[in-house]
Amino acid sequence: MISDERGKNMKKNDWLLAGGILAVCVIFFAVHFLRHREGEGQAVISVSGEEYAVYSLSADRTVSIGDTNRLIIENGTVKMEWADCPDQICVSHRQISRDGESIICLPNQVVVTIQSSNSSEIDGVAQ
Amino acid sequence: MKNRKNRAAVFGVFTALALIFSYVELLIPINFGIPGAKLGLANLVIVIVLYKTDWKEALLLSVVRIILAGFLFGNLFGILYSLAGGILSLAVMTLLKKTGAFSVIGVSMAGGVSHNVGQLIIAMLVVETYAVGYYLPVLLITGLITGTLIGIAGREMLKRIDRIVLS
Repeated sequence: MISDERGKNMKKNDWLLAGGILAVCVIFFAVHFLRHREGEGQAVISVSGEEYAVYSLSADRTVSIGDTNRLIIENGTVKMEWADCPDQICVSHRQISRDGESIICLPNQVVVTIQSSNSSEIDGVAQ
Repeated sequence: MKNRKNRAAVFGVFTALALIFSYVELLIPINFGIPGAKLGLANLVIVIVLYKTDWKEALLLSVVRIILAGFLFGNLFGILYSLAGGILSLAVMTLLKKTGAFSVIGVSMAGGVSHNVGQLIIAMLVVETYAVGYYLPVLLITGLITGTLIGIAGREMLKRIDRIVLS
């Protein structure tokens, strides 16, 4: 006897579940894109959970994070130019520029996030 | 006695199958751009074992598969994340299955999503940043899609392998 759940097609609850998950996604996307930037955007770099450096997006520069990652800030966008991690996900990540976006190198525990200067608690920013 | 030997042998076969799926997955160059987002092909085996036997067997299979795959295919670092995702995924799937309100596809959808969520949570703890949450929508969607596909495949498989005695 084949038990009831196995051979069946999708039930109403399945659709509800899928719909619920998609709704959560939509909410996240909406919040993300509707956040407006006040003040200059800046790239906040943290390593192993501790803040490493903050750089304004207005000036182009290349940042070496330890000897494991290298970041490029150019034309107001941030991209991971090079990393020594095995999966290279951070390097293949597209460039980020909006508030809240991040590039993360999990093996090296490097997190680069964009924040608008008004919302940060940092005293000074390297220009 | 014969029953137990049979079980061990079949379990071994399923473990090997799960490992092969893990390997094949690594060969496919699809990159979601986020650490941990995979196709989750091995979950097909997990789902089948969950429905054919019980959650305890599925849990054992999942843990063994993840650890072995980590050692065999060279990603020791990812074992922690896979374990978190796999265990959360199995817990969610077991709960949903018990309610009886969802089909295999629904259960598998939830499994795929919670697998990614589990990995995301561990990532958040490791790097101590909420910024990792930025990846959430993408992970939810990929989890949903892969979970649905695995669910459909699982349903088709379960229809056909009823003849195999597992317990």
